[in-house]
Amino acid sequence: MTYTAHFKVWRGDADGGDLNDYQVEVNEGEVVLDIIHRLQATQASDLAVRWNCKAGKCGSCSAEINGRPSLLCMTRMSVFTADETVTVTPMRAFPVIRDLVTDVSFNYAKAREVPAFVPPAGLKPGEYRMQQQDVERSQEFRKCIECFLCQDTCHVVRDHEENKIAFSGPRFLMRIAELDMHPLDAAAEEGLDRKVSAQDDHGLGYCNITKCCTEVCPEHIKITDNALIPLKERAVDRKYDPLVWLGNKILRRP
Amino acid sequence: MTQVERHTYDVVVVGAGGAGLRAAIEAREQGMRTAVICKSLFGKAHTVMAEGGIAASMGNANSNDNWEVHFRDTMRGGKFLNQWRMAELHAREAPDRVWELETWGALFDRTKDGRISQRNFGGHEYPRLAHVGDRTGLELIRTLQQKIVSLQQEDFAEFGDYEARLKVFQECTVTRVLKDGPAVSGVFGYIRESGRLFVIESPAVVLATGGIGKSFKVTSNSWEYTGDGHALALLAGAPLINMEFIQFHPTGMVWPPSVKGILVTESVRGDGGVLRNSDGKRFMFDYIPDVFKEKYAQSEQEADGWYADPATFRRPPELLPRDEVARAINSEVKAGRGTPHGGVFLDVSTRLPAEEIKRRLPSMHHQFKELADVDITAEPMEVGPTCHYMMGGVDVEPDTAAARGVPGLYAAGEVAGGMHGSNRLGGNSLSDLLVFGRRAGLHASEYVAALGTGRPAVPEDQIDSAAAEALRPFSAEASDPDLPQGQVAENPYTLHQELQQAMNDLVGIIRRAPEMEEALSRLTDLRMRSRRAGVEGHRQFNPGWHLAIDLRNMLLVSECVARAALERTESRGGHTREDHPGMDRTWRKVNLVCELSDPSGGLADTDPERGQVTLRRRDMDPMRDDLLALFEKEELLKYLTDEELAP
Repeated sequence: MTYTAHFKVWRGDADGGDLNDYQVEVNEGEVVLDIIHRLQATQASDLAVRWNCKAGKCGSCSAEINGRPSLLCMTRMSVFTADETVTVTPMRAFPVIRDLVTDVSFNYAKAREVPAFVPPAGLKPGEYRMQQQDVERSQEFRKCIECFLCQDTCHVVRDHEENKIAFSGPRFLMRIAELDMHPLDAAAEEGLDRKVSAQDDHGLGYCNITKCCTEVCPEHIKITDNALIPLKERAVDRKYDPLVWLGNKILRRP
Repeated sequence: MTQVERHTYDVVVVGAGGAGLRAAIEAREQGMRTAVICKSLFGKAHTVMAEGGIAASMGNANSNDNWEVHFRDTMRGGKFLNQWRMAELHAREAPDRVWELETWGALFDRTKDGRISQRNFGGHEYPRLAHVGDRTGLELIRTLQQKIVSLQQEDFAEFGDYEARLKVFQECTVTRVLKDGPAVSGVFGYIRESGRLFVIESPAVVLATGGIGKSFKVTSNSWEYTGDGHALALLAGAPLINMEFIQFHPTGMVWPPSVKGILVTESVRGDGGVLRNSDGKRFMFDYIPDVFKEKYAQSEQEADGWYADPATFRRPPELLPRDEVARAINSEVKAGRGTPHGGVFLDVSTRLPAEEIKRRLPSMHHQFKELADVDITAEPMEVGPTCHYMMGGVDVEPDTAAARGVPGLYAAGEVAGGMHGSNRLGGNSLSDLLVFGRRAGLHASEYVAALGTGRPAVPEDQIDSAAAEALRPFSAEASDPDLPQGQVAENPYTLHQELQQAMNDLVGIIRRAPEMEEALSRLTDLRMRSRRAGVEGHRQFNPGWHLAIDLRNMLLVSECVARAALERTESRGGHTREDHPGMDRTWRKVNLVCELSDPSGGLADTDPERGQVTLRRRDMDPMRDDLLALFEKEELLKYLTDEELAP
């Protein structure tokens, strides 16, 4: 079962870098992160990579494997043939810090711009009552491990740095949807319309529902279908969005 | 004088898991300018890996539950070695801490009448764990993270600056607590991204760094768990207690090798999963210890009846406290009744419909499918014990979370000792983080407020020596006087692997005196070699360097574990001696206290042959009468000596 694999790993920093070639041992059951760790221990002690849990729960080890945004800890070596070259590069949508580590501060800046949950007035702690079926929609979005692979793959920002100012990306539009669907969120009572805010303040209109985000989500959250499209549909009463208008025309034909 | 980045805050919280974030929220709400030091990115802390739930006697699933019952369960789980006042505060305050999370946006699973659902767990008499499927830790960390963001939004509205009163320093590691005389005056550390060094001047430091699992080979713990806070406290002159008690979670994955140790939640058993050996036998019925005989079912029929009718039937022995189950699995495997990969079978596939398994245990389903090609709705899992939780930690004042002996130093969560005694119940960790995280933040704030303007200063010579210590791995080859001619520097990854192997093999789940003596000798060798640990490259995001620094902490903590485990000649909770298999009532009230041999905190001056840690025995305070009265005398006699029970 043990074999020697050919890896290409991008190494460099903000000033530039290259793919470096490595021959490295692979054993049964291993994931790509195991191989990166073996490189660190045996060939490249200063190879920079983020990781924490190694169980697909923390969302730290995001990178691109053969060009596909993936978690290093959840990509098994068995999906590659023994003679296949495995290429590991940092997430492309974010500035490189070093090797596989990128500057993801864009995401934390966007997170701060989403107005927080507004607790309902008049309900004390312990008095919250919600039905399971009503919390489940938001619970799906709260499975998000913030790996930012959806942010990385979304073509609105992937090759358009200029859109980052206006567009919060799928992760944070989904966060708005989550709060909007929270059974007890009292934002409306405070005069905040989350759907309008998604459109006006977070660039929902840039999203043209190509579902790239859904495809890369390691938690299998249906970001487009369950968060972004409903948010667009809700926003459409107030804002004109040509895609939703078109979608409605097509889907609602008798 | 060393050039470092400098900041000043009222309170610094080291660690950004559940305890650290809860402490920071409290300190900020008390009006303190607060800094959180986060070893990873914000929101990635090990707390996200907690699965089963938060224990709190809200009584939503069974109205008979209350804090007294929770307190009793906690003391029994810890075999009465718990710091009883902490266990009392924890049981009393946990419901409020859970309800508070809902006001910050948390969405727990619900009961039919719309309240927070509560699930069964090992050692808890009633269904008590508030949960979100099997990803409760993620919900907890995200809720606290989002509460911090909402406080930052308030500050932005007021001051035009999100970080005016609460700042998270991401990917920074603290390597020393700085002191002015006896009192804390700040922290020293490095910034991962740039490799630059920093000092935060602050009269109060809350340690919330979690555990030590990365000293062991097979562990459920994440990369960060290198005993940093335990070591920082020791080096700052604060004692550690109960370091011999390590919880080996009974169910970690055993196959494939690269995922060995990853946690399989206790919820699998709480929701009906059973343990079987290679003969297909539900073996846990053979392992019910005397102290728990009356509480657990004696037959499969009785056990299976309990899920639907807990008032009539006794609970299944799969739900014994974790130490008991882990030892049982270890014995079965040793007796040759293990699975092909050296574990036992954990089966939920024959116990619940597939859809129900996917709904209740989604991340377990996902984890086994993706990492092991096992469909848990159709076949059993293979599981075995994995190093999971450190019961021992900083010796704290129960009410304030203040570290004894060092004014201004606080500790909360896994890095604090006492609360869980010799063994922690599942679900009591997340509630511990919230209850004592809040208390640490509160009392640190009160301490700072009482100081007024007379704050301790940061001595420059401590910054110089901390900087020299942190940068030493870069010069290991060039100028190290310890290094004989021609000898190359040690690879920190190799040292780490050897440490993990030694602790796993020699101070693991079952312990023997000669093996622990061997461990201490290997630790001495590793400690001497680690002084020559060298790294390549430069300071920017260099994992080899980070590991070389973390090694100091892991070696210190491992020495505490081995020394205390060798000293305690009985078996109790997370400490099992093959050569002293019985629980000994005279050991019950004894805490083993670990302190740094060299009180100046200068490790280099300590004779490496002698070790860095000294041990002393200390008696615990006797339990308050009204708390003793919560137990039947017959039960107390199993744990307490006759003299302790004399009127």
